[in-house]
Amino acid sequence: MSEQLQQIIKKQSNALLGEDNKIDDVVQLVGFIVGEEEFSIPILSIQEIIKPISCTRVPQTPAYILGVFNLRGSVIPLIDLRARFGLTTQKHTDETRFIVMKSGNDVAGFVIDRLTEAIRMPKRDIGPAPETVSEAETMIDGVGKQADRIVTILKVHKLLERNF
Amino acid sequence: MDEFEEILQDFLVESFELIEQLDQDLVELETRPDDLDLLNRIFRVAHTIKGASSFLNFDTLTHLTHHMENILNLARHGDIVIDAGVMDVILESIDLMKALLVRIRDTRSDSGLDVSASVARLDAAVNGDAPIAAPEPVAAVVTPVEEEPDYNAMSDAEVEAEIERLLAEKQAEAALKRSGKTPQAVVEEEEPDYNAMSDAEVEAEIERLLVEKQAEAAAKRANKQSDNMEPSVPTPSPAAVVVSTPAAQPKAEVVPAAKPAAAAPAPRRSEPKEEGGTSVEQTIRVDVKRLDHLMNLIGELVLGKNRLIKINDDVEERYEGEAFLEELNQVVSIVSLVTTDLQIAVMKTRMLPIGKVFNKFPRMIRDLSRELNKKIELEVSGEDTELDKSIVEEIGDPLVHIIRNSCDHGIEVGDVRLAAGKTEGGTIQLKAYHEGNHIVIQIIDDGKGLDTDMLKSKAIEKGLITEKEADTMTDKEAYGLIFRPGFSTAAQVTSVSGRGVGMDVVKTNIEKLNGMIDIDSELGQGTSMKLKIPLTLAIIQALLVGVQEEYYAIPLASVLETVRISKDEIYTVESRSVMRLRDEVLSLVHIGDIFEVERVFDNSEHAYVVVLGLAESKIGLIVDTLIGQEEIVIKSLGEYLKGIEGIAGATIRGDGGVTLIVDVAALMQMAKSVKSTVGHEGGESKKLGVKNSASDYCVMIVDDSKTDRTIMRKSLEPLGITLVEAVDGVEAMNILKQGDHFFDAMLIDIEMPRMDGYTLAAEIKKYNKYKNLPLIAVTSRSGKADRMRGVESGMVEYITKPYSFDYLMNVVKRNIKFNEGL
Repeated sequence: MSEQLQQIIKKQSNALLGEDNKIDDVVQLVGFIVGEEEFSIPILSIQEIIKPISCTRVPQTPAYILGVFNLRGSVIPLIDLRARFGLTTQKHTDETRFIVMKSGNDVAGFVIDRLTEAIRMPKRDIGPAPETVSEAETMIDGVGKQADRIVTILKVHKLLERNF
Repeated sequence: MDEFEEILQDFLVESFELIEQLDQDLVELETRPDDLDLLNRIFRVAHTIKGASSFLNFDTLTHLTHHMENILNLARHGDIVIDAGVMDVILESIDLMKALLVRIRDTRSDSGLDVSASVARLDAAVNGDAPIAAPEPVAAVVTPVEEEPDYNAMSDAEVEAEIERLLAEKQAEAALKRSGKTPQAVVEEEEPDYNAMSDAEVEAEIERLLVEKQAEAAAKRANKQSDNMEPSVPTPSPAAVVVSTPAAQPKAEVVPAAKPAAAAPAPRRSEPKEEGGTSVEQTIRVDVKRLDHLMNLIGELVLGKNRLIKINDDVEERYEGEAFLEELNQVVSIVSLVTTDLQIAVMKTRMLPIGKVFNKFPRMIRDLSRELNKKIELEVSGEDTELDKSIVEEIGDPLVHIIRNSCDHGIEVGDVRLAAGKTEGGTIQLKAYHEGNHIVIQIIDDGKGLDTDMLKSKAIEKGLITEKEADTMTDKEAYGLIFRPGFSTAAQVTSVSGRGVGMDVVKTNIEKLNGMIDIDSELGQGTSMKLKIPLTLAIIQALLVGVQEEYYAIPLASVLETVRISKDEIYTVESRSVMRLRDEVLSLVHIGDIFEVERVFDNSEHAYVVVLGLAESKIGLIVDTLIGQEEIVIKSLGEYLKGIEGIAGATIRGDGGVTLIVDVAALMQMAKSVKSTVGHEGGESKKLGVKNSASDYCVMIVDDSKTDRTIMRKSLEPLGITLVEAVDGVEAMNILKQGDHFFDAMLIDIEMPRMDGYTLAAEIKKYNKYKNLPLIAVTSRSGKADRMRGVESGMVEYITKPYSFDYLMNVVKRNIKFNEGL
């Protein structure tokens, strides 16, 4: 009886482990458009996604820093990803969103043109970043290949790193 | 292990508190060497620390304190007289004790410091010898604590010391037991039934009697100073016998855990004169982190309150005269009142008397005066003045530097003073008092004063200023030179001063606290330095100012005054803008130049100048508008944006928007390098709207009814101008903010959902660049009151529905000056 029980328990735990392994193999990403390209970041690094609200300009900062905004009592910097990527800036539209990302204690809001979808991507489909940029400099974590398109995965900690 | 850590923490906290008091007492003792009360107090500190450290196995510390206790005990019984020499030895050992405690705090161990030299000197002092430098083997005069003492071989004094020590241990133990909820032991008033008591209770009872006896004895001793030993021994002797027997053997088991608690009650009981009874202070220790957290929560509450007040104002405006407003008003004012009280109450819990800082100065002055061979007296007043804990922590260093400076540079040597017709000994006064929302700390010496010529020539010599600058300097500015890094008037570097660091530290620290420094000096008469520091740091009063569409908050602590001047009162001297403020020349800088604000529209005749003062400097900051005073909570800009020059942080305003807080110290630095544009720039606004064709004119139609919009469109289409439509005020605002069009006029309906016409007009007029945009009300409301409101909110025309196509077209044409340019 007890042997049987043990076997069952063993089986169950194996199954659980297997499941874990499966989850480990899949990365959940949120895709969004900036300019012409689709980018994505891991879903776990997103604190929340909000509609545009007003922000206050902060002097002595690069142009891509739009300022700071009030997120339920916290003052959070707002960064325009278009300007950050060297694209021409654009007026906010109905689809514009602020993605509030966090990495450790660093939090910042990023302006994106529009959201696409949440993506579940097996790890094996993710290739390394193109080698044209040096490893330390690049904001690209990897490139995900999907059936009909390519998604660039960004390094959140690099986006949140101050570089001025 | 955790328990040990907890005990250790308690021990450290108590010890540092005790030592703080100790320094003060010792210096006092030197002036009143026969004050028994004082001696007893000092003795007990040494004793308490010894007891606790032996329990915690800090052998070095125990060793040292044991010898200190020994010498103090002799002094207590009048066997040796405490003179300056002995005092030096004692003070030295106390410093060593502090060093050991710091070491324990940092490394959890007291090894590594050599106390043998100090111990030897202590012993030498005990034997009545002059202090000697050569370390002597640890004297066997006193029995080491660790061993069971041989009572027979002891002198009377030693026996008493031993009894005293055991008593303190017992006290501690009993105190711990009592606090450990032994209810029977607390019943102290009635005659207890000794037979029914447990061992611990008996001990507690004995202990209580002893304390009473001791208090009596101490009082008697104080009365009969001539012969102080005799009465104390016999009086408590019966009790002492009882105690010493059980206490001697089980000492090792009894002492644990009792000691840390002993530190607190022991010194309090040592003041029998104050109140005979046991008036226990009702205090609890609270972790500072919890207070900080509480303060943060209060901060959020204050922001919420600000927001509520703002909304209340808006609602009031909108539903004027409605009955429910009264109630809302009441609630809002109660909430705001309670919030303010709560904030004050929490702030008070964080307040510490500045005496905590002042306490260490008598000792410092004493050491310095001996070192410098000057007679210096310190007069302290206002040590009860309270201020925020974080400020108390920051203020210590600057004060040390200022006082050292006064001792070294201010007060002259005795001969020089006598020659100048002053008393031989110099005096330094240290005062603290409240002044409005500030605390003022004043340091006054009656030394030689500051010599402006000497300061200037030194500064030129060191290359800090040019000769030309020196010539135009006022006295105050010259005094300010002492705060420059690297500036020192001392001929040579001594251990006290001369490195040119100290006063720079003063300035930086005071600036960090948003404080101000004011120096006054008269040559030959002395110097007075006034530090003005805000009471608290987290929630501050701020002056809100506007420049174009941006707002900034300036800490009110740094604002001296605001003045309204006309543009021709601004002069340019060496490409810098200055103005005359009474008898002073004030340099000016425009806030827009500092914060890179794009100035589109600036043709007003007048300017507002906010006069800022920080540490010893002043500057005038030109702003477009003064909004008012508001209580703000400082929030950090976060890791990503920290260290932005000129910005101290941000706050959230009543409307939910973020407003940046000006860092006045940084702003003053920046002002030096910013090129001035004040006065050069007239009303040169950008002429965006060059009209070449009819379609260059652009008019916005704001109406929630599709029909009405269509009617307006139909009436205006013949003109060929560009028309943009919005369905309500909110959308209209968004279109304006996007700035895709440059509008020449707006047609606004009054009745609209979300944001009505009046509010929209008022919102639009908040922006400088829309000040001249014609707003035309198109409405079916035709009452006089409606018209008045329209005018108040900034409408230029009022068209009542229904209207003819031609009429509307003409009004619009007139307002956009159509045809004039074509």
